[in-house]
Parts: sequence; C-alpha cells; structure tokens
Amino acid sequence: MSDTAAGPVAAWRAANLRRATLSLIGGALLLVSFSADVATGPAMLPISAVVRSLAGLGADPMLDAIVHNLRLPIALMAVVVGATLGVSGAIMQTVLNNPLASSYTLGISAGAGFGAALAILVGGELPLPENWAIPLAAFVFAGVACAIVGSVGRMRGATPELLILAGIACLFLFQALLSLLQFLASPEALQQIVFWLFGSLLRASMGKTTIVAGVLAVALPLLLKDAWRLTALKLGDERARALGVHVNGLRLRAFVVVSLLTGAAVAFVGTIGFIGLVAPHIARMMVGEDQRHMLPASAVFGALLLSLASLASKLIMPGTVFPIGIITALIGVPFFGWLVLTTGRVQ
Amino acid sequence: MILQARNVTVRYGSRIAVSDVNLEARPGEVLALLGANGSGKSSLMRALAALQAHSGTIAWDSGRASPGSIGYMPQDNGARAALTAFEVVLLGRMRTLGLRVGAADLAAAEAAMEEIGVSDLAARRIGELSGGQRQMVLIAQVLAGNPRALLLDEPTSALDIAHQLHVLDLLRTATRQRGLTTIAILHDLNAAARFADRVALMTTGRLAGVGAPADILQPMTLEPTFDVHVAVDLGSDGHPVVLPLRARSL
Repeated sequence: MSDTAAGPVAAWRAANLRRATLSLIGGALLLVSFSADVATGPAMLPISAVVRSLAGLGADPMLDAIVHNLRLPIALMAVVVGATLGVSGAIMQTVLNNPLASSYTLGISAGAGFGAALAILVGGELPLPENWAIPLAAFVFAGVACAIVGSVGRMRGATPELLILAGIACLFLFQALLSLLQFLASPEALQQIVFWLFGSLLRASMGKTTIVAGVLAVALPLLLKDAWRLTALKLGDERARALGVHVNGLRLRAFVVVSLLTGAAVAFVGTIGFIGLVAPHIARMMVGEDQRHMLPASAVFGALLLSLASLASKLIMPGTVFPIGIITALIGVPFFGWLVLTTGRVQ
Repeated sequence: MILQARNVTVRYGSRIAVSDVNLEARPGEVLALLGANGSGKSSLMRALAALQAHSGTIAWDSGRASPGSIGYMPQDNGARAALTAFEVVLLGRMRTLGLRVGAADLAAAEAAMEEIGVSDLAARRIGELSGGQRQMVLIAQVLAGNPRALLLDEPTSALDIAHQLHVLDLLRTATRQRGLTTIAILHDLNAAARFADRVALMTTGRLAGVGAPADILQPMTLEPTFDVHVAVDLGSDGHPVVLPLRARSL
C-alpha cells in the first residue's frame, strides 16, 4: 500500500516527521563527534580528566587551560563553521540552481584568501593586532567579491548563469591577485599565507566562535523566512515568478546573506573546502528540498562533517594537528564520490 | 475577471514578438490561443500574466490583477527538484504559506490533487514522474491557488489522449463552475474545437482572427497560419474536425 493511501496530507506529515527524525539523528551524532573532538588532542589527556575540567571540577590549571582555551574553542568553531558553510552552500546551490555551487564558485573564498594574504603582507602597517586584522581583511574582501558579483547581477539581471559567470571571473581575478602577493611576499609571509589558505581551526577562540555563531543566528531565521520562496526557485525561475516570487530580488537578498555567512566563516578559519558542497547534498538526500527542512539539515550535517574532520585531523598522526582544510579535501573527495555513486540507493 | 487587452506589443530588442494585439475574455469562458511555433502565443500569455514587459494596456476587471488572482502555468514542466508532488502543489498556495503550514493550505492542495486525479502521486518526487504526470501535478498546483483566471501554456502537451480529454474537460468544468477566465495555448486544433468557447488564431505576432471555433477553424484561416493544406468537416457533436492533408511549402 502506498504512503498516500491515507491521503496526501497524512503522507506529507509522516514524511516531515521522518525528516525531523533524520536531522535529530544527525544532531545526536554531532553531539558524539563534538564530545570526542573535545576529548582528543596532542596532549593525550585522560577522558575522565577532560570531563572533570568541563564540569568545572578540574584541579590542574594546565589541563583546564588546554581544555577551555584550546580544545573547546576548536571543537565549537568546527561545529559553528561547519553549520555556517552547510547553510551557505545549501542556499547557493538553491539560488544558483546548480548542485556544484559553493563559496568557491562565486569567488568568495578567493576574495577572502586575497584579503588575508594582503593583511599578512602589510600586517605591521595596520593599527589592529594581526590576530584580528587577517580575519577582518578576509571578511572585507569576501564582501568585495560578493559586491562585484552582486553588482553584475543588479545591472544585468540575477540569472544563475550570469552570477556563476561573474563569480568565476571574480575567482580568477582574486586568484591572480593572490598569486601576485605570493610572488611579492617574503619567504616568512609566503609561508604564513600558504598556511592560512590550508584552512585551520587552530586560530579559534571563544570570541571568534561567538562572532560566527552570531552571524549564523541572525542569518538562518532571515533565510527561513524566505523558505517557501527559495523552495519555489527549484521549479525554475519562470514558474517561481508565476507563483508570485520576485526572483531577482530574492536571489540577490539570499546572496547578500550567504556572503555574510561565508565571509564570517572563512575569515577566522581560512578556506575550508567541500563542507559547503557535500553537506547540502547529504541534507537533500535525507530531507529533500523543502528549505524549511533542508536549511537546518544542511547546518547539522555541515557541523557534523567539520567536527568529524576536526577529530580526524588529530587522529591521523597522533601528537600532530593537520590543517583541517587538507583533511576535508582528502576525506571529502572520496566521500563525495561515494555519495554520487550511491545516490540512487540512498534515495 | 474580464480581460481587456488593447494594442499589446511585446519586443525582444529589435524583434517584435507580439504586435498590436487586442483581445477580450470573459468569466466562465475558455479561450484557446492557437498558432504556429514562434507566432507569439507564449509571449502574449506572459504579458497577460504581467510577467513580460510590453506596450499597450492589459486590464483585468478594468485594472491590474490582484496578487494571486491569475494562475499562470508556463510551458516548461522540467522540474527536477527533490520535492514531492504534494509539496509542488502546495507551492501553489505561496501567498499564504508560512513556516507552519495552515490547514486551509493543506486542504486546498489536497483538494486540487484529488480534482486532477493525482492524489496517488502525492508522496513521489516530482523528478521521478513521467512528463505527463508532472504536467498534471503542475495543473493541480495552479488550481490549488484558487485563481480567478487561468493562463495555461500548452497544459496538455505531454498527456496521452485519455488524460488530455480528462484534463481539458476538468478545466472547462472548473471554468464554468468557478466563473474563471481561462486562456489556454493549444496545438491540437481538434481539442481546441471541442474544449474552447472561442479560439484566437495568431500569425507572426498578430491576431489573425478571434471567434467561435466553427468560424475560425476554416481552411482559409488555418492554411496561411500553419502553412498546411487542411480539410475541415463537422463532427457528430457539431464541433469542427480539422484534418491536416500536407504541408503547403513541400
């Protein structure tokens, strides 16, 4: 007997319950991964000591410092940045109607990379400590990349094709500028630029984590407010317009919000690939493309993936923390391949 | 809603797609828009739906159509989204949908699926459906919005004969019962003859004739419009039956 035997509404409600359950399972796995991430690190601390420290019962100031100042911010940053990249990837794939869209496609990451490299190069001249100047510059230039792409969209109509073309042009522009900076940089600055471009959670702090979480907390409700209109975009621009959606306005609005999200995420941790691409794919397979479900699910699975990657970065070579950007790419590529090959079965 | 279109012209750059068209349609009436490919039917329909820049005036009940009052179904039905058929129909209620979906919206979507006869497809993903099934789901989407006018661009192009008859009869009944103003672009001249109260024939952006099917579907109007030789007879039900014979230019 089919699901619709009890009526379309009952079947839909049952499907929604299944979707919520899958997201909750993802959330539970995230909790496990987060806990394991906090419990793991080069210092090889006993898990019981970590738990005592987290509960405020720790007696060793050194151990407390490791847990509270290093592990907790990193694990939390992995969750927050993963969620942010997941949501921004989901929105980009929706508004550009392209399953390959991510912050890379539109040159936003390249803009951030250039900004960070510029700050590293002229860091001594800036009135800000380097710790903040680099993320600020990365955020500003992510915004510049968005402004360029958005301006083209405003002038010529925000069609997915045009935005992607403008984004690719932006990507090449900032990559060329980044190469120029690398060419001009001293060996020390060049090393710092390359390390930033790897992407790393080691620069995390509770303050930075709070900023990214704050941006996500503001952006997600704004995007959810447009959830049905974003869902309608999946039927094509013409049909969305026929349903009363102001397609170009919605696309540009979503684009601005997503730019802020991506800018905030990459500013503090560098360019972390694949999360923004893979998390929405997993969410889509699990809960479909009703954006009311897909956006939260993308956040959950993005957070889970980056949290797992953070854990893996510490386990691959005990005593060493690999730059997480390398881990997400190394694990992400085969994982993505597996996803693509098994999509039919998963559905 | 009464449609009054005056001197409607649609341009794409220097190309004129619709030229100086005057057209009226009344509630409870089905008007079939006919014409060869590229004759400007879809452009005119998009202009009537307020989705296409144009010159001239288009008035619905002497003014602009209120939001949601026009149910426009574009030609493209290539939706591949990971959405169920029910969700696609629910989108027809866009103007009232919130994060929590209200009972009225759910009931309207369910009723529209029931009316079109696609309730059994509700839980299937739209991308998995056949072209014809998808077309029926999208018709249900348009009806779910409870519009006062229907603008349908080739609504039955992917349907088999039985489903064509079912959908066209259903649309005609809905038009009568709800007092809708229905304009449908059709390629099947015989379906238009049976289904429509009036037909409008377009040739290279201009209206070549508007009137009762028996008056317009004649060799002298059809042959220059479609560039074919045709024979026209009266069917047993009194509707004209058009038989294409051969292309004129061959």
